[in-house]
Amino acid sequence: MKKEIGGRIFLCVMLLLLYLPILILAVYSFTDATQIGAIRGFSLHNYVTLFTTPELRDMIIGTLILAFGSAAIATILGTLGAIGSFYSKERVSRVIATLNQIPVVNADVVTGFSICILLVVVLGVSKDTYIPLVIGHVTLCAPFVYLSVMPKIKQMDPSIYEAALDLGATPARALREVVIPQLVPGIVSGFGLAVTLSLDDYFIATYTKPAMFDTISTYVVNATRGSQTTIKTALWALSTVIFLVVIAVVAVMNRRSGKAKEDTSGEQRKAA
Amino acid sequence: MKFTRKNLCIPYVVYLVLFVALPLIVLFYYAFTDGTGQFTVQNLTGFFTDPNAIGTLLYSFAVAIVTTAVCLLLAYPIAYILAMSSLKRKSTVIMIFVMPMWINFSLRITALKEVLTVLEGNLAMYPFLNAVIGMTYDFLPFMILPIYTTISKLDGALREAAMDLGANERETFLRVTLPLSMPGIMSGISMVFLPAMTNYVVLDMLYNSTYIMGSLIGSYFAAYNWHGGSMIALILLAIICLFTLLTDDDQGEVQRGGALL
Repeated sequence: MKKEIGGRIFLCVMLLLLYLPILILAVYSFTDATQIGAIRGFSLHNYVTLFTTPELRDMIIGTLILAFGSAAIATILGTLGAIGSFYSKERVSRVIATLNQIPVVNADVVTGFSICILLVVVLGVSKDTYIPLVIGHVTLCAPFVYLSVMPKIKQMDPSIYEAALDLGATPARALREVVIPQLVPGIVSGFGLAVTLSLDDYFIATYTKPAMFDTISTYVVNATRGSQTTIKTALWALSTVIFLVVIAVVAVMNRRSGKAKEDTSGEQRKAA
Repeated sequence: MKFTRKNLCIPYVVYLVLFVALPLIVLFYYAFTDGTGQFTVQNLTGFFTDPNAIGTLLYSFAVAIVTTAVCLLLAYPIAYILAMSSLKRKSTVIMIFVMPMWINFSLRITALKEVLTVLEGNLAMYPFLNAVIGMTYDFLPFMILPIYTTISKLDGALREAAMDLGANERETFLRVTLPLSMPGIMSGISMVFLPAMTNYVVLDMLYNSTYIMGSLIGSYFAAYNWHGGSMIALILLAIICLFTLLTDDDQGEVQRGGALL
């Protein structure tokens, strides 16, 4: 028992170290301090700046549109790819799986640089069209959608599709109304993963984005190089807002998965 | 064309060929040509005869090895203690450990930078230390998650059997639990080692003027030197391939975004 307490203390210390910087920044975001150490007084001006500066607002909205847009494209491509690959010949599906694995294991620097060379340098596509950026993010995200949908297809009972065909459904209808609904959990987690990957990306965006466009990552990195204090402290507020959003999302997910567990245990009890 | 299920993969296959395979082929072509399109191995020999480039390669290996080791030394006890503990809501605790992964890395590193500035004063004084601290702070959750998943799936009966057969706690750990958690450790290592060689923006943000392999691509990109940059990318790709072959256990895949939760 003594050991258990020691272990828990260790866990708490590690959590504290992991969260301390974010928490300190959160506290200072509510003051008019321009650097850590000198608290002067409570102030909301960082939050006012964050929500009223057009540059910051555009950057946040742009990041979100890019993330949800490329995640949507990636989800469609990756899901169809996984379904098609599962029913293809062994050799074909192995080729798809290998190609799919490349962006997963590759360094983002290399992925971003190679897409920039192909599209911008060789084919002469202008970065201002956003095409290289979107293609870069879809390339980053789609493989992870494929990987989250695939296990669900493998778990699926193949006779359900056959039954739908026997009952007179066309293959397209059977797919739409019988197969895809069963894959929803995999598709949803793939989409969520795609959004977080796009939101967190720095390298692919740096190599493919239009000069006048910034994602949160590229903006923050450039801001740390500059010396504009109002922007710097407004980003503390942004960090705090994102932290709270993540906590809220995690809390909802956690409650849901807890509920799902209760539901299934209830069903099991019924079955018994 | 008649509708069949396998045809659904055509768009994705076309996409993968165009935007995954083709860029790598172009990369290869650029790495072995010069500005006029002539074949050359100059980029390759240039890299391996330039002491600065070799120094950067060795330095990134050093940063990556130390970062991976520190992450492993911190993550294994966390994962082990949590997996073995009698806590009721373990899944919530592990979620709290990996939650930083979902906060934009640039904001987390900004926070870390502010704290380190207070502690160290001039960040440029300790480049290696700060590189390791920054990367560890950034990548630790990627090491915790796969190890935790592996340990918590271990069959407790195996440990009990070892104890029954007369092994003490230390022997049980060293000869049963640790070997069985190797798949998680390997997948954690592959999640941390490669980013630690390439993720140069963490260094940049900590006012670090030292170079790792990724920084070389960045500087060639800034100088519009596509041929030199391609060769660095290709060398990195070779390292990645080697590394993947060494640590392959088809586990690391979906863990990058924490989807296993």
